[in-house]
Amino acid sequence: MINSDFYRIDELLTDEQRLIQQTVREFTDREVKPIMEDYAQRAEFPRHLVRKFGEVGVFGSTLPAEYGGGGSDYISYGLICQEIERGDSGMRSTVSVQSSLVMWPIYQFGSDEQKQKYLPRLATGELLGSFGLTEPDFGSNPAGMKTHFTDEGDYYLLNGSKMWISNSPIADLAVVWARNEQGRVQGLLVERGMEGFTTPEIHNKWSLRTSATGELVFDQVKVPKDNLLPHAMGLTAPLQCLDNARYGISWGAIGAAIDCYETAVRYAGERIQFDKPIGAFQLTQKKLAEMLTEITKAQLLSWRLGVLKNEGRATTAQISMAKRNNVDMALNIAREARQVLGGMGITGEYPIMRHMMNLESVITYEGTHDIHLLILGADITGIPAFK
Amino acid sequence: MKILVCITNVPDTTAKITFAESDTKLNKTGIQFIIGPYDDYALARAVELKEQNGGTVTVLNVGEAEGEPQIRKALAIGADDAIRVNAEPTDSYFVASQIAHIAQQNNYDLILMGRESIDFNSGVVHGLVGEMLGIPSFSPVMKLDIEGSTAKFAREIDGGKEYMEAPLPLVFGCQEPIADWKIPNMRGIMTARTKPLQVVEPVAVDDMAINEKYTQPAAKGECKMIPVEDVEKLVTLLRTEAKVL
Ligand SMILES: Cc1cc2nc3c(=O)[nH]c(=O)nc-3n(C[C@H](O)[C@H](O)[C@H](O)COP(=O)(O)OP(=O)(O)OC[C@H]3O[C@@H](n4cnc5c(N)ncnc54)[C@H](O)[C@@H]3O)c2cc1C
Ligand SMILES: Cc1cc2nc3c(=O)[nH]c(=O)nc-3n(C[C@H](O)[C@H](O)[C@H](O)COP(=O)(O)OP(=O)(O)OC[C@H]3O[C@@H](n4cnc5c(N)ncnc54)[C@H](O)[C@@H]3O)c2cc1C
Repeated sequence: MINSDFYRIDELLTDEQRLIQQTVREFTDREVKPIMEDYAQRAEFPRHLVRKFGEVGVFGSTLPAEYGGGGSDYISYGLICQEIERGDSGMRSTVSVQSSLVMWPIYQFGSDEQKQKYLPRLATGELLGSFGLTEPDFGSNPAGMKTHFTDEGDYYLLNGSKMWISNSPIADLAVVWARNEQGRVQGLLVERGMEGFTTPEIHNKWSLRTSATGELVFDQVKVPKDNLLPHAMGLTAPLQCLDNARYGISWGAIGAAIDCYETAVRYAGERIQFDKPIGAFQLTQKKLAEMLTEITKAQLLSWRLGVLKNEGRATTAQISMAKRNNVDMALNIAREARQVLGGMGITGEYPIMRHMMNLESVITYEGTHDIHLLILGADITGIPAFK
Repeated sequence: MKILVCITNVPDTTAKITFAESDTKLNKTGIQFIIGPYDDYALARAVELKEQNGGTVTVLNVGEAEGEPQIRKALAIGADDAIRVNAEPTDSYFVASQIAHIAQQNNYDLILMGRESIDFNSGVVHGLVGEMLGIPSFSPVMKLDIEGSTAKFAREIDGGKEYMEAPLPLVFGCQEPIADWKIPNMRGIMTARTKPLQVVEPVAVDDMAINEKYTQPAAKGECKMIPVEDVEKLVTLLRTEAKVL
């Protein structure tokens, strides 16, 4: 057994958190890992897993049980992300979007009727959701968004488009952020089947191939008034959702890193060159030692952030630091691990290249690597350098 | 229907086993404990039977407090309540006596165990418990259905399977494929928190056995190649070195 919990973070967890981690690890080993390579090569989303995710209860795990949630804490949510991303970042993305970007805003900003109507069915995976913030011309700068709606008395009329939306081609429901007539950002629940609403898929991605990504196009869509989130006003609402998702990503990336690290350790022990296992050479050992060091640092960062999050004290800048550091860490480990495997590292026999390509999305979505740097810079100096 | 499932708290199957205290105890540092894999099958079938026929599932472990995470896991998988007999499980007779004592007070229709623990591997506790309670016990059982007050089940035997029926109450030692292995879900884990776990003290039982010492299996030796013409040398070595003839 390869020990990727070098500082015994395990001992910082409660029995319940440990059981959740073990459970999701077992689930990933059994249901996710064995099929990822095949689905990634075919660039297909394993639709059947949505129900299974629902059964094991990873959707909306932090929400109360009355809405189908698990009622667990944020460290448990982090561990869920970590264990699923050991399997594949695309699957973790599905869980992040459903939990933090669809269920959480409905729970936080929705009416009682909206919560009753959607949350239990999202929790079981009967419904799959997506989150539409990014637009073709507004990525890092969502404040510029153009998608908007007008009040037509009986309904809202929605126009505009969203780009790069995870789950969009298959989702039953989209949480869409758009401007009202006063120019303020609000959230609308747009359901598949509404007239004028289409979701073209983005093809030929080299990254997150197991996750479906697409557009949300709104051409005079009549959205019932009951579908407006009553308690979300202004851009801070979607940004709060992103805080939750990014927090989970900081843990998730550790999962991808661990999978790469463990693969490299195993391979280094087995592959013989110059009559020795390549793990016997100092240069290989340097790679492995540095990987374990970086994983350990990232684990401590996320665990402490989890404690702060549970206490309701984690700030946006703290979350930016963990997301930025941990995804970059994972990407570097994937690249180093790929080298340890030599030519084998580029094949689908091993998960490393898939993780590496996935992480190229993870380092860009939910705030790019550089944008998180600027968020930290603004926090340190008090001077935003975005514009 | 009242079902009792007896679970062991055993080292993970991939754990590296070493000994402590002059080889009289398992060295537990760094070892992850799990529910015995056969007990897991018993539990999974119990939960399925409860779903089909109604009733309750109680889990029982004879062991110390360190095993409680495994008991909570069993509750998360679907058992309704749990009993822990607070004692170090030192030998099969002791464990069976504790289980029988609990069973006598509760009138279970079914007592499900694993075919064997995966540390001592004796495979005797179910037999002992059946004897102590004066009810039949069967093992290893790989198929089990309940119709009214009758159990219909199949047992793995040499070269085939044996199909049987018997009236409840019964004791079974279970193995795959009696049920699909279950993993808990998040909601189960959260509700397990509030399910009752009763800790009771053991009844006095004479020690029937004392563990003197554990040893590791001998390390795999180097493979000696003996040419075909040297059959005699092979026989001698098998006699004097390997001591298998
Ligand atoms: C696979 C995938 C899934 C996604 N899923 C979703 C989803 O579900 N929902 C959703 O709303 N969005 C989603 N996105 C969109 C994602 O959040 C955006 O891609 C991201 O915010 C970056 O926006 P952009 O691609 O328009 O890049 P741009 O904003 O155009 O950035 C391009 C480059 O310029 C840099 N840059 C931009 N502004 C500055 C500045 N002020 N100073 C310095 N550098 C700057 C960036 O760091 C980056 O390197 C997804 C993206 C991908 C790739
Ligand atoms: C090296 C070593 C270390 C051990 N360390 C621990 C320890 O740290 N903590 C600990 O709790 N136990 C420990 N045990 C005890 C062991 O887990 C068994 O509980 C006990 O020894 C009975 O073993 P058996 O082979 O006779 O059971 P078997 O007859 O093979 O078991 C058959 C079935 O009986 C039931 N059963 C057996 N034992 C129990 C039990 N104790 N409680 C409930 N149901 C049971 C199970 O359903 C099991 O599948 C250790 C054993 C060994 C060899």
